[in-house]
Amino acid sequence: MKQLWLTAKLDIVESLRARWFQVYSLVFGGIVALLFLFGLTESRVLGFIGLSRLLVTYIQLTMAILPIFVLITTVRSVAGDREAGVYEYLLSLPVSLAAWFWGKILGRYIVIFLPVFAAMVLAVAIALVRGIEVPWGMFGYYTALLAVMAACFLGLGMLISALARSTDMAQGAAFVVWLTLLLFLDLILLGVMIQGKVSPEVAVTMALANPLQVFRTAALALFDPQLIVLGPSAYVILDLFGATGYKVFALVYPTVVGVAAATLGYQIFKRGDLP
Amino acid sequence: MIRFDNVAKSFRKSRVLDAINLEIGIAERVALIGSNGAGKTTLIRCLLGEYAFDGRVTINGRDPRQERTAVLGSIGFVPQLPPPLKMPVAQLIDFSAALCGTDPAKIHGLAKRLGLDLDPILARPFVKLSGGMKQKLLIAIALGREAKLLIMDEPAANLDPEARKIFFELLAERQDDTTMLISSHRLNEVSALVNRVIEMDMGKVVLDDRVADDVSLSGQFACRIAIKRNEPAFVKAMQAWNFRDLGKGMEWEGVVPGPDRLRFMGMTSRYVALISNYSLEETGNGRSQ
Repeated sequence: MKQLWLTAKLDIVESLRARWFQVYSLVFGGIVALLFLFGLTESRVLGFIGLSRLLVTYIQLTMAILPIFVLITTVRSVAGDREAGVYEYLLSLPVSLAAWFWGKILGRYIVIFLPVFAAMVLAVAIALVRGIEVPWGMFGYYTALLAVMAACFLGLGMLISALARSTDMAQGAAFVVWLTLLLFLDLILLGVMIQGKVSPEVAVTMALANPLQVFRTAALALFDPQLIVLGPSAYVILDLFGATGYKVFALVYPTVVGVAAATLGYQIFKRGDLP
Repeated sequence: MIRFDNVAKSFRKSRVLDAINLEIGIAERVALIGSNGAGKTTLIRCLLGEYAFDGRVTINGRDPRQERTAVLGSIGFVPQLPPPLKMPVAQLIDFSAALCGTDPAKIHGLAKRLGLDLDPILARPFVKLSGGMKQKLLIAIALGREAKLLIMDEPAANLDPEARKIFFELLAERQDDTTMLISSHRLNEVSALVNRVIEMDMGKVVLDDRVADDVSLSGQFACRIAIKRNEPAFVKAMQAWNFRDLGKGMEWEGVVPGPDRLRFMGMTSRYVALISNYSLEETGNGRSQ
């Protein structure tokens, strides 16, 4: 446990000094600041106004930025450290591989989740100061959704880092993974359905295997519980899970994907060449 | 103490280590030499449990890969190239000390002996230190723990003559109970430090020889050199070795650490046309070379 925390602390300190972290924090803090600045809390969409409206927009933007940010910075840092000889030295110290790998994940998780969460807290703080009502239920679920999203893509990032032997390869692979998930959101699925080669159930199942789609649908479900904007797909989802069931699924499934990817990454890491 | 049984390692189709069989005993001081690509670094990484390979490596009967913390706890390692760590110096010291169960004050003390005062640089990122400072700090971290095996890759390459002298003294203090594996491209860099030479080429051991050296790691040589005319480059070189000018840059006197004498002679050989008198005398037993 001591080794795990020491490694996590090491990763936190290294990340806090890295430029990517400063940019990352600025992006999320900046989004909230800009949303307030442009008076988003006063605008109304689908009956949403105030902080709910802001949180809905914030989570949509975060869903677009967070996965690629987490994937690229994780693989750059992990594969980059290995390539630069950091692993050769630090892994010559008596630290267990489990403590090293999971400690790195823990440290990195804290570093990537905190700015996103801090931005949400900032939004709530500004709302409280301005006397805007805070939808605590929505705040809690969105926070959980963001925590799960960070865990999911961190796990995938660690798996890619364990598999790739160079920073360039790792970055390329991370980008391809993100692009594939993005394309499967709509374009490829639409194409498949238009050709009529798969049943709607299969297409929806394929969509729900994509963590990005799961997050998007969960975020939509919060302000559109009947998922009307999804059209016929909503029937499949709601028949299968129910409204509450889907909210739980949206938290559990991506966590399982992230943990499974990280566990597979650890198995590959501990069996292969470390530096 | 260290045993390599039929160790082989390949990267894709390239065989980097080929059936290495070696035994290295307690308190042996081994020079691991060979050109680039000979397999020295790969052998060291196998010994540190960092590579997966065919065959078996044991240190005191234990597998460094399977029993990492127990085995690596008794190994001090100095890499050839300092890692580009962004963490502050203080954190690197605390991290390694906490993992190895040593007192950070011991690392501070050793760094000070090597001529590196850590207090003003504790908050600086390790990567921002000069090459010599990084090397001194990594040596202090490696020697700051109760290591029974020291693995050093070109450890003195970036050290100034005074720090090299202290470094040899530090090694001398541990030579009776510590096994040392010192890797280098050139034998003359490390020959005076060791009592065994292992040369590698194309992933194989091509030479394994014991060497007799009557000069101890802490031995010293009194040196006096006279030159025919004053030469600024020679003056600079002498000053770098802390030699004293006995008269207008024409005659110099100083002390050369025993393990550094080959390096010193290599340096002075560049000025052989200038030198009119050269004496090197081992202090204590009166032998001269």
